[in-house]
Amino acid sequence: MLYIEKLKHTYGKTVISYPDWNVDRGDHAIIVGNSGCGKTTLLHLIAGLMTPTSGELFIEGKNLAKLSRSGLDRFRGENIGIVFQRPHLVRSLTVVENLILAQQLGRRKKNQAKINQILGTLEIEALKKRKVYQLSQGQAQRVSIGRAVVNEPKLLLADEPTASLDDQNCERVIKLLRSQAEVSEATLIVATHDQRVKNEFVNSLSL
Amino acid sequence: MNLVQLGLKNVLDKPLSSLLSVLLFGFGVSIIVSILLVGSFLKSEVTKNAQGIDLVVGAKGSPLQIILANIFHIDFPTGNISLGDADDLVKNRLVASAIPLSLGDSYQGYRIVGTTKQYPLLYQASLEEGEWFDEDMTATIGASIAKELNIKLGDELESAHGLAEGGEGHEDHPFRVVGIMNTTGSAIDQLILVSVASVWEVHSEHKEHEHEDDSSHNMVNLEKLGLMVSLEQLENEDITSLLIRYRSPMAAVQLPRIVNGTSNLQAASPPYETARLFNIIGVGVDVVTILGVIIVVLSATSVFIALFNSLKERKYELAIMRSMGASRRKIVILIISEGILLTIIGTIFGFGLAHLGFAVLSSSLEQIQAERTFFVGEEVYVVLGSLVIGILASVVPALLTYKSDISETLSKA
Repeated sequence: MLYIEKLKHTYGKTVISYPDWNVDRGDHAIIVGNSGCGKTTLLHLIAGLMTPTSGELFIEGKNLAKLSRSGLDRFRGENIGIVFQRPHLVRSLTVVENLILAQQLGRRKKNQAKINQILGTLEIEALKKRKVYQLSQGQAQRVSIGRAVVNEPKLLLADEPTASLDDQNCERVIKLLRSQAEVSEATLIVATHDQRVKNEFVNSLSL
Repeated sequence: MNLVQLGLKNVLDKPLSSLLSVLLFGFGVSIIVSILLVGSFLKSEVTKNAQGIDLVVGAKGSPLQIILANIFHIDFPTGNISLGDADDLVKNRLVASAIPLSLGDSYQGYRIVGTTKQYPLLYQASLEEGEWFDEDMTATIGASIAKELNIKLGDELESAHGLAEGGEGHEDHPFRVVGIMNTTGSAIDQLILVSVASVWEVHSEHKEHEHEDDSSHNMVNLEKLGLMVSLEQLENEDITSLLIRYRSPMAAVQLPRIVNGTSNLQAASPPYETARLFNIIGVGVDVVTILGVIIVVLSATSVFIALFNSLKERKYELAIMRSMGASRRKIVILIISEGILLTIIGTIFGFGLAHLGFAVLSSSLEQIQAERTFFVGEEVYVVLGSLVIGILASVVPALLTYKSDISETLSKA
């Protein structure tokens, strides 16, 4: 599913080199390390949000390093769902509209049934008509998970999804991520420095 | 939900800042549209009132004043010319026809014009009811007066000396209303038409009835003027002006020279004088136009700032939209559509305001017989210009987001 080899990224004069890593299809993996060690960068490289300076990065046999910018946008929209540390939903839209927007940007047909099903499993169906600024932090984070999985991505990425959450919500979010990944048969990769999360994953890359 | 709908939701999500942009833009547009409307209205007024008149001849004075007094009936006449001089002039072969006008009296502020039946014919005025005025102290009145003063056939009008309300009265010589004209949309709607002879008769008391008994003999037919007068009248009476029609284009060159060479007469060409008038007004119009353009530019700046600020707030939101598969092109289209939406709403508001204002103005001012709603061709350019400004104001913010690195933005989130 995911394979990286001799991957390097350069920020100005800082060069980050990543160890070779392999994640199988359907696997739930974790990238751990302290702040500033390049977790987010690696996640962005995997998501195709930036291109590596050198090395190889294959997802589903496709070398992301070789794709054009718009090709990357398209590949990402169709195959990858991302959950960020903060939800950053589209402010002017309601919960449902945010998910519809995700379907459209990912070039899917509008699928209300799918949206309802996801909102149901995330237990936020009652909030579907709310504007996003009326949601609590935890609710918003769940909507952003819903947004990441609505297109049934092959790869679900999460960048510090639990950083601003309390223990209870932290556990809940990780559970949701794992269950949602299982439902859509997606590979899950979580980048975190959160000690609470570490022990839940087998395949772990330490930076 | 397409990008434009999302843009609209984003615009509505910031109601106050959007309202400010829309108001500014709307006011700028409405000033420009108002100028277009008033300008085209004035031009159509001028052509309507000056149709069929090649030259106006009055007493020596300002030619512009002659035009304003004798065609538009808004200024005071320059004085009188003698009937003899007028007759000599119209005998010239360059003159095809001439209509005499005799101004100076009014009824409740409406002008009484001594003339011939050629004058209403010039404006294609027809009778709503009754008949045309004749020599014997009868009057045919314009549609607006009949409506405004509620005058019916058979009513008697006591004229007052002078063109303003409250002049010295001519109580002994009332005019009997025998006809009411249809609305023509020209100045004639505001006039009371009587015969030239009637005007003379009203004023004859000042001359102590000196030729009271002469009216039945020694008559002369002034054919081109359409008047029958006694020799004595030809010698002694005055009229105010002549509306002349040329026989040939040659006359346009020669006749004004001949007129101005006659010691008491002044020629005034309607197209030339109205062009001069527009030049004078033009300065004021230019100032207002510049004001409108400045307001539009200001509002474009406000649209720019509104977008710029909202983009700063929405930086992450947009980066995440990119991460969800939105191409740069889509984000640029989204932002430009927001800018264009603001200017389009502003433009619609501005057009509404200008046309509504014009409709209110034309219905409240009696002098104006404009159609309440009409559109001018140039308004298309205003619409196009607004779109261009909307695009210009949103292009820079759009390009800034185009260039921003989503990975960098997201890692700072």
